[in-house]
Amino acid sequence: MTARDTDWDGVRLHVVTGKGGTGKTTVAAALALALARGGRKVLLIEAEGRQGIARLFDRPPLPYGERKIAIGPGGEGETGDVYALAIDPEGALLDYLQMFYGMRSAGRALTKLGMVDFATTIAPGLSDVLCTGKATEAVRRKGGRNGHAYDAVVMDAPPTGRIGRFLNVSAEVSGLAKVGPIRSHADSVANVIKSPQTAVHFVCTLEEMPVQETLDGIAELRGVKGMQVGGVIVNMARPAVLPREELESGPDVSALAGSLTRAGLHSADELAKSLGDELAEHARRVRLQDGQRDDLAEAGQPLYELPLLTDAIDLAALYRLAAELRDQGAA
Amino acid sequence: MTSTTALTDNPVLEADRIIDDRRTRIIVCCGSGGVGKTTTAAAIGLRAAERGRQVCVLTVDPARRLAQSMGLTSLDNTPRLVEGVSEEPGGSMYAMMLDMKRTFDEIVEAHSDPARAEQILANPFYQALSSSFAGTQEYMAMEKLGQLRKSDEWDLIVVDTPPSRSALDFLDAPERLGRFLDGRLIKLLLTPAKATRPFTKVINAGFSVVTGTLTKILGAQVLRDAQTFVTAFDTMFGGFRERADATYKLLQAPGTSFLVVAAPEPDALREAAYFVERLDAERMPLAGLILNRVHRAPGTLSAPRSLAAAETLESAPNGSSETDSSQASADAVAAAALRLHAARMSLGERERRVASAFTSAHPAVPVMEVPALPEDVHDLAGLRTVGASLSGEPQ
Repeated sequence: MTARDTDWDGVRLHVVTGKGGTGKTTVAAALALALARGGRKVLLIEAEGRQGIARLFDRPPLPYGERKIAIGPGGEGETGDVYALAIDPEGALLDYLQMFYGMRSAGRALTKLGMVDFATTIAPGLSDVLCTGKATEAVRRKGGRNGHAYDAVVMDAPPTGRIGRFLNVSAEVSGLAKVGPIRSHADSVANVIKSPQTAVHFVCTLEEMPVQETLDGIAELRGVKGMQVGGVIVNMARPAVLPREELESGPDVSALAGSLTRAGLHSADELAKSLGDELAEHARRVRLQDGQRDDLAEAGQPLYELPLLTDAIDLAALYRLAAELRDQGAA
Repeated sequence: MTSTTALTDNPVLEADRIIDDRRTRIIVCCGSGGVGKTTTAAAIGLRAAERGRQVCVLTVDPARRLAQSMGLTSLDNTPRLVEGVSEEPGGSMYAMMLDMKRTFDEIVEAHSDPARAEQILANPFYQALSSSFAGTQEYMAMEKLGQLRKSDEWDLIVVDTPPSRSALDFLDAPERLGRFLDGRLIKLLLTPAKATRPFTKVINAGFSVVTGTLTKILGAQVLRDAQTFVTAFDTMFGGFRERADATYKLLQAPGTSFLVVAAPEPDALREAAYFVERLDAERMPLAGLILNRVHRAPGTLSAPRSLAAAETLESAPNGSSETDSSQASADAVAAAALRLHAARMSLGERERRVASAFTSAHPAVPVMEVPALPEDVHDLAGLRTVGASLSGEPQ
């Protein structure tokens, strides 16, 4: 594959959302790794200070600052770099004050007085705007060999239930600020988010509730002019261990017992019965998964699928998931 | 439930004892998102109703089909009788979905005269605060809980906590919102005209820098709206602090039981551990941990032995006769079954390791393991099944 033939060429801000428990942070990290090749520089942003990225990469908690956290997968020519940033509203507000008003020290005084909490409290959309603002600033930042400081930015965003509000920043602050600095800041953020440079990917497991939430989330974002819905990344899928028709016909327990005996296992009859039950349950699960996958496919977005890993998610697992995303054209 | 397959050696949580104890008046289900909190709350409510309690289930953000299973079709802030609940033992089940904005509006209407209420409700700052302030949902859920408890129409209220960023938010949000609305800071900052006495001058000088900066960040209009709001809201401020305190006391009362819900995943259990520690620090009564979506290891054949057997079958030489070929296809099925079994055993082993990180630190916390269900819950029958497994009844 060349650097050109992915499904999301031209996208520089990848927003990753998903229902809680679907592995959104893991997928965002794998996507960042997959994008970091051919000398490219990728920034992985954590929007809701839970330090999940630090844990995934087995690092101490990330400070508010961009740190190199991993190198991209090798083996395809030049590798790339993944940087990470954990955004918190306080740091983002200080950044904002510094960037637009050169007032870092006033900002520090505000922090001491508990004003940041206060400001984000009286303007509920403010912390979201600051957070998306930091991500879009990184997208626009100049530098690097292609003219951009980062070739791509991946954002581990809030869960699906809140993603519409989180990204629709101008609407979020408009009730509060009809004019003024926050409003114009929000508008410039929206210019990046509601452009072909940004895609919102949904992480989903093949279960009813996450699938329903994903479909609702996609419909919600499609209703916002300029917002680009990205791919649906199915996570923790259980691949069928046998062809569908064999699973459907159900196991022949006595044949199974014969095979188990040949494999040198004891009490083969009893074991065959319990393995037969497991196969039947697996068949049922595969059928349910197929149904959920069909429902997701109806949304008409590209579908990617990552397998359930039975071991703990460590760095090796992340590279494995990154390779899957790469092979399937997601990155 | 047999102890041989349990993930943990902790004491077993006996949900039925909590439900059947008439002194239990409130059950709070808490935990991080995506662990089955709402389903657990609904299942406990149903089981309690069918064991004779007068139950009200307060849910915050239920999935559509789960809401439908309880007959809830809209967010109308009123407890509705759930149809189809067995009334034999004399119990009943009501359920409601929280409408946080309406709950807030009702507080405003109940505590100010109509003209002032109208003025507050129309204020843009109030509208933003009541519909999107992070913490309003938590505050209003606790407010509603207090109202339901006070009405004394139900003898058991089961509440599902909001899907916050942190499972602890609902404990802190009422205090935070109360402190904010009640705060001297907001009054001083937004009504500087009132604070002209000499000893506040120094503070005022500081505040004018702050106000200036806030104007830069937010714009003058936001501050003006906030100021109008504060002026109109003035008489209600003290009430918020008091209400937050009252809710806190209610949560500490002996009739309250906390059930922490988690899945055998590192993040969910880390949150659960924080929560257990926090409840202890706040002297809030923890009933135990519900470990949802557990994949029980089926049988005793270990993962390595299972894999080895699969390899033996896969490497067997293939004959050409008819018996050989049917034997080969049976072997292929058996090898697939053995690999499937090995994966399940590994998953079970991983869950056991993850769970032990929690139980080693909290060996005395009662735990109930609930097996992963292949399908989501859509109806009362599904909730009944969940309720039964919460109570340790065999499937």
